Amino acid sequence: MAKVVVVTSGKGGVGKTTSSAALGAALAQRGEKTVVVDFDVGLRNLDLVMGAERRVVYDIVNVIQGDAKLPQALIRDKRLDTLFLLPASQTRDKDSLTAEGVEQVMNDLKRHFDWIICDSPAGIERGATLAMRHADVAVVVTNPEVSSVRDSDRIIGLLDSKTEKAELGERMEKHLLLTRYDAVRAERGDMLKVDDVLEILSIPLLGIVPESMDVLKASNIGAPVTLADSRSAPALAYLDAARRLAGETVPMTIPGEKRGLLGKIFGRRAA
Amino acid sequence: MLSPELPLDDWLARLDDLAGRSAGFFLERPIVLDVAELDIDRTQLKELLAELANRNVRIMGIEGGRPSIMGPGMPPAMRGGRPAPDVEVPAAEPAQAAEKAAEVLPEAQPIRAPASMIVREPVRSGQSIIFPEGDVTVIGSVASGAEIIAGGSVHIYGTLRGRALAGSVGNAGARIFCRRLEAELLAIDGVYKTAEDMAPDLRGQAVQLWLDGDSIKAERLN
Ligand SMILES: Nc1ncnc2c1ncn2[C@@H]1O[C@H](COP(=O)(O)OP(=O)(O)OP(=O)(O)O)[C@@H](O)[C@H]1O
Ligand SMILES: [Mg+2]
Repeated sequence: MAKVVVVTSGKGGVGKTTSSAALGAALAQRGEKTVVVDFDVGLRNLDLVMGAERRVVYDIVNVIQGDAKLPQALIRDKRLDTLFLLPASQTRDKDSLTAEGVEQVMNDLKRHFDWIICDSPAGIERGATLAMRHADVAVVVTNPEVSSVRDSDRIIGLLDSKTEKAELGERMEKHLLLTRYDAVRAERGDMLKVDDVLEILSIPLLGIVPESMDVLKASNIGAPVTLADSRSAPALAYLDAARRLAGETVPMTIPGEKRGLLGKIFGRRAA
Repeated sequence: MLSPELPLDDWLARLDDLAGRSAGFFLERPIVLDVAELDIDRTQLKELLAELANRNVRIMGIEGGRPSIMGPGMPPAMRGGRPAPDVEVPAAEPAQAAEKAAEVLPEAQPIRAPASMIVREPVRSGQSIIFPEGDVTVIGSVASGAEIIAGGSVHIYGTLRGRALAGSVGNAGARIFCRRLEAELLAIDGVYKTAEDMAPDLRGQAVQLWLDGDSIKAERLN
């Protein structure tokens, strides 16, 4: 049965689009048919991050308005034949996404895919609430700083009240994806610690993605981080996160603390 | 407590005048709207609520509203809150002295079971829990940007990072308890304290707060 995942945050620029593409590709690499849907109408990015910008003909708004059929708008990835993109429109405004239209598209997608990853726009307005509306699972992307954490908290409140699942009295499964984590700054105390963020948000941790140049490099070549260089630190973090999302138990690593057990013990002693 | 008078336009003008002279007066304090003396219908009440919302006046309950004028999406109806009239809009005629009802014993009333509300989830930023009828207990934390408004006491078995307003319908005996104090704002019976006014040594502690006259007192719970 299809699983609908919303990647959301409230705050802008925290890494939703990067994470949607990376998780989508990682799930597709497992051989599961995956579509990544861009809900950021007017400010689409996902096509660039996935290297499909020159192949966009129709978009989600065309499908909703009946100008195109869903299969015409879906773009299959050139590297992975289990990965698809449903782009957003860059020229329309946010109001062209209607609740009924989105519901129809989601129902159609559910018949064809194992995973539907919805990349949410920033904010708590229409675009963001429509992106979360039909989700089974939410990935809350958060940076280790106060404003991002508070916005995530706000979004969690909306996930628990404004979604279809919430209205049916069911529980939305929520996971925290901590991104742009900088081990050096965390050490210096310039950033919130993992434990602090977890304590404030009190939802389970899906993964910790380090701040890394590899993310920029990947987006420059138009490839999801997990496809660009699957051995890079952020790729490894996203691959593990995707496995957890799929229900596997994978031990958690905090970036920068990958010293062996011995090193850890010595490190503690020295401190 | 606000008791509007007809014509509403005049009353709103006087309210604006009052608010203009004491900046931030209505800010932070949730207010009970008394419409018992007001002959208005549901549409007019809706408009009045909208006007007050435009002025950032936070209405936490409506007292004396006939069922026919109340509607969904409105603040809850309240009865017998017996709030002291702490906000008095200057009357057009010479103001009648506001009776301070402190010493007057309440008339014999049938004893009602005290109401309480239990919240089993963390209260998230942007959410407000409003319960004029009694105590609110939260099993979990109250986030920065969230608020609990209780007619009675507020109990938080977690970290209080947002706002807690106890005794908000005029109950000076209400208290606030929390396992860890990181609050942005605390209020009891309309008297409030912001994060900046709080003693720094209480931060991060298990604390109870109560009202002593016009000031909020606090002590650590051990
Ligand atoms: N782990 C990371 N390390 C370094 N840079 C990153 C990381 N994650 C994201 N970025 C960079 O941060 C910027 C914002 O990322 P992204 O577009 O994914 O965020 P977003 O949440 O989708 O933003 P918006 O709210 O505008 O849609 C991009 O330039 C991206 O390359
Ligand atoms: Mg984005």
